[in-house]
Amino acid sequence: MAKIKIPPVLRASTGGEREVSADGDNVGAVLNALAAAHPETKTQLFSDDGGLNRYVNVYLNDEDVRVLDGLETPVGGADTLVILPAMAGGGR
Amino acid sequence: MSVSGAEYTRRIKQQITEVDPSAVHELVNNGVAIVDVRESEEYSVGHLPGAKHVPRGYLESRIEGAVPDRSQRVILYCASGNRSALAAHTLEQDLGYENVESMTGGITLWKDRGYEVEVPRRFTPEQRERYSRHFLLPEVGIEGQQKLLDAKVLLLGAGGLGSPTALYLAAAGVGTLGIVDDDVVDVSNLQRQVIHTTDRVGVPKVDSAEEQIKALNPDVDVRKYQTRLDASNIMEIIRDYDIVVDGVDNFPTRYLLNDASVRLQIPVVSAAILGFEGQLSVFHPYEGPCYRCLFPQPPPAELAPSCGANGVLGVLPGTMGLLQATEVVKLIIGAGEPLVGRLLMYDALAATTTELKVRRDPECPICSRDPGEIADEEMGVFPDYEAFCAAAG
Repeated sequence: MAKIKIPPVLRASTGGEREVSADGDNVGAVLNALAAAHPETKTQLFSDDGGLNRYVNVYLNDEDVRVLDGLETPVGGADTLVILPAMAGGGR
Repeated sequence: MSVSGAEYTRRIKQQITEVDPSAVHELVNNGVAIVDVRESEEYSVGHLPGAKHVPRGYLESRIEGAVPDRSQRVILYCASGNRSALAAHTLEQDLGYENVESMTGGITLWKDRGYEVEVPRRFTPEQRERYSRHFLLPEVGIEGQQKLLDAKVLLLGAGGLGSPTALYLAAAGVGTLGIVDDDVVDVSNLQRQVIHTTDRVGVPKVDSAEEQIKALNPDVDVRKYQTRLDASNIMEIIRDYDIVVDGVDNFPTRYLLNDASVRLQIPVVSAAILGFEGQLSVFHPYEGPCYRCLFPQPPPAELAPSCGANGVLGVLPGTMGLLQATEVVKLIIGAGEPLVGRLLMYDALAATTTELKVRRDPECPICSRDPGEIADEEMGVFPDYEAFCAAAG
């Protein structure tokens, strides 16, 4: 089971969970397992063609999966996926 | 059996290596550590170019800060070559430095030979007191403080992030602080915007911030821009600055700032906060990725809660703003590893930080091109821009 760090904006879709575990041997499979467990995350993560939304960055540990093999990047049980949407709050 | 001071020095000189000023002249700015061991008053009227300052009285406690590597070649000098000879002996015999020399004749002979002397900025006695803790740090020192006083930093917003950043940069002696903010102080700001005060509610934030900065450090020249950044004014406003500190609260301005800063090649120290979490990175045009390399497209409005009023822990912008201020100071004095090509995430509730790598996008619509090729009408635009802004209201 890989760990997935859930950013604040997606926590409403995961019942407030900040970190969840999901099965899968690659990034796509782990994120799909997350979407199966928490259906509201699906449209936030994936575009209509099944790829990652361009405004969501996903990191395997500290590396952007786009510079690895994207959704095909292999994931091990000790790995952590970080979902990073852009934030713009400045505390105004 | 006791000996005279002169005899003692003569004997010490036989045990160390001396080097002539002409040889040292060839080595200036050449990877050799040149250390001035005179007193502060002597150093301040002129020293060898690039020399580090470690007064002999503090030699044992401060030399490691100036020259951490004991195998590095070190040349010491003083006024005439006596104190530096004694100091060289100490470094070699007692502190294990392997490659130490003392310059014959000191700076007096150096000057007689007609070689260049660097005269540091004259600090007033008040400034010497004010910045004394910086002077004690080899990474800052007189040279770094000079750079801080000469630096021009623009703060976008005197709000949650801008407040602590402005206060600490002012305290550090950053000579020019520009502040862009069109807002007035509201009582609901005071939970986190620590540069403002209860009796200044209703006052424009730029004026309130200026008052606080001036009270803290009269060395700082405050330039106020009571406006919102937009495509028509951004190039004019940011052009003059060495570094921009970004804490703006909306995506269109972040993209606009990115594009303008890439065109003008000005580094941006960027932070964002939400709830209990913050992000921080330094976008240094052409040396690392830009904001568009990291986020090619903003999220839709429902995933971009900055568009509405959201909660934020009052301390959090303080934490993130001070990390920004730290990066700004590092960039100015040229110390350490700036947060370029890296994104730092801070989770206050978990008390954890996570660091992610940020790569330059070889196909970035902005920073993959020459600054001169970026046109006015492209700035701040991103896919679905109009729909985004309409949805964001």
